[in-house]
Amino acid sequence: MIEDEDIELLLTDLFELHGYDFTSYSRASLKRRINRLYSLDKFPSFAELRYRVRSDTSYLKRFVEEITVNVTEMFRDPTFYLSLRNDILPILGTKPFIRIWHAGCSTGEEVYSMAILLKEAGLLRKSLLYATDLNPTVLEKVRRGIFPMNQMKQYSESYIASGGEMDFSDYYTANYGQAKFNGELSEKIIISTHNLVSDSSFNEFDLILCRNVLIYFDKDLQDRVLRLFDSSLGSLGYLALGSKETLKFSVVQHNYKQLNREKIWKKVV
Amino acid sequence: MEKSSVNSGVKVIAIGGSAGSLEVLFQLLPLLRDDIKVSILIVLHRRNSADSSLSELLASKCHLPLHEADDKDVIQAGHIYLAPSDYHLLVEKDHTLSLDDSEKVNYSRPSLDVTFESAADVYGPALTGIVLSGANDDGTLGLQAIKKMGGTIIVQDPETAQIPIMPQNALTHLAIDHIFSIRQMAEYLNSAELN
Repeated sequence: MIEDEDIELLLTDLFELHGYDFTSYSRASLKRRINRLYSLDKFPSFAELRYRVRSDTSYLKRFVEEITVNVTEMFRDPTFYLSLRNDILPILGTKPFIRIWHAGCSTGEEVYSMAILLKEAGLLRKSLLYATDLNPTVLEKVRRGIFPMNQMKQYSESYIASGGEMDFSDYYTANYGQAKFNGELSEKIIISTHNLVSDSSFNEFDLILCRNVLIYFDKDLQDRVLRLFDSSLGSLGYLALGSKETLKFSVVQHNYKQLNREKIWKKVV
Repeated sequence: MEKSSVNSGVKVIAIGGSAGSLEVLFQLLPLLRDDIKVSILIVLHRRNSADSSLSELLASKCHLPLHEADDKDVIQAGHIYLAPSDYHLLVEKDHTLSLDDSEKVNYSRPSLDVTFESAADVYGPALTGIVLSGANDDGTLGLQAIKKMGGTIIVQDPETAQIPIMPQNALTHLAIDHIFSIRQMAEYLNSAELN
């Protein structure tokens, strides 16, 4: 078991030597993930782990990927997607061009879900989906658009619950236990590394989705990231968060109005 | 003297269960007095959906304020927090709750082990862990962590549990402090020693 002081040493190393700033991440989850990796990779001592993180860049890549949470799924919380379909897309559809940012997109299941919604609303052609994450490895998966076949039954059910009326399997080709999603979806996805902790705004968007990312940040960092989103949203743009996240009590709350029971806010300034 | 938060001196109870544990809570919660000071965290294996009707149902059985935990909620004395479905519930050093949607543990999210271990890290001897009815091994490692940090560990008497596997597994592997019926659990939670 790695102690709190050792966690702080690691975080300092990560920042000073490699530029990754995890110091404002929620400690309980971070500590658990570091301990999980420590036992998974069978380190004989903390010193050994620290040495690898300091000096072995290929291990560093694994370390960063493993201590951040990369669990995601397609059409998670179907009623959220139903609301995107019914309440948001018709409004975005009146614009000549639609820019959407998936911040902290991990392996991209939500990005492909969004692309499917846009396609069904007849809006995909005039849309661009920016998919960003701090891990280059997960972004490679977004680029390929290949997800495990054994998830498709559940995704198909969630798709239908989200108001989908097509045959979900038309969106991918199954091969060797993998589902490769159609190129028509992925060609509208722009992929880039972006670290919400240290990088700044890079465009103006009509909709920003950042679901189940802020839960890993402390209150100060949450506010900082929400300010970043605020400055990246056009007027009357939309911000979507995870089902247990909120703008309430945040620095930007007065610029937004929550749409309905789903965690979608409209920028009102 | 440091007057840190509501939690200086307040005890915390982490209760977890799986199949057959909802019925236990339906009996236990109404027996809790409305003036107790302990904070209670409840972790239940539940259907994977974001609907919050379970917390409303449990709240209706209970004289104490009970809510589904939101990210960064401050743990208050005399309040009961239910882990939301599809998230692990963790405790931070500043006595706030945090959520985590990482991999399932023991096929479960929320998992008892995750919450118990994280709460043990923060509350040490001030924490009591209780494992109720259930059909898998979740909770045993969590109770072990609580014990290691000086806390108290309790299981529902397997004789009274609809599915005894979960409390029985803890009993097999750990030196459990108390084996309680539902009524004994209520007496313990209402006791002056805790409050």
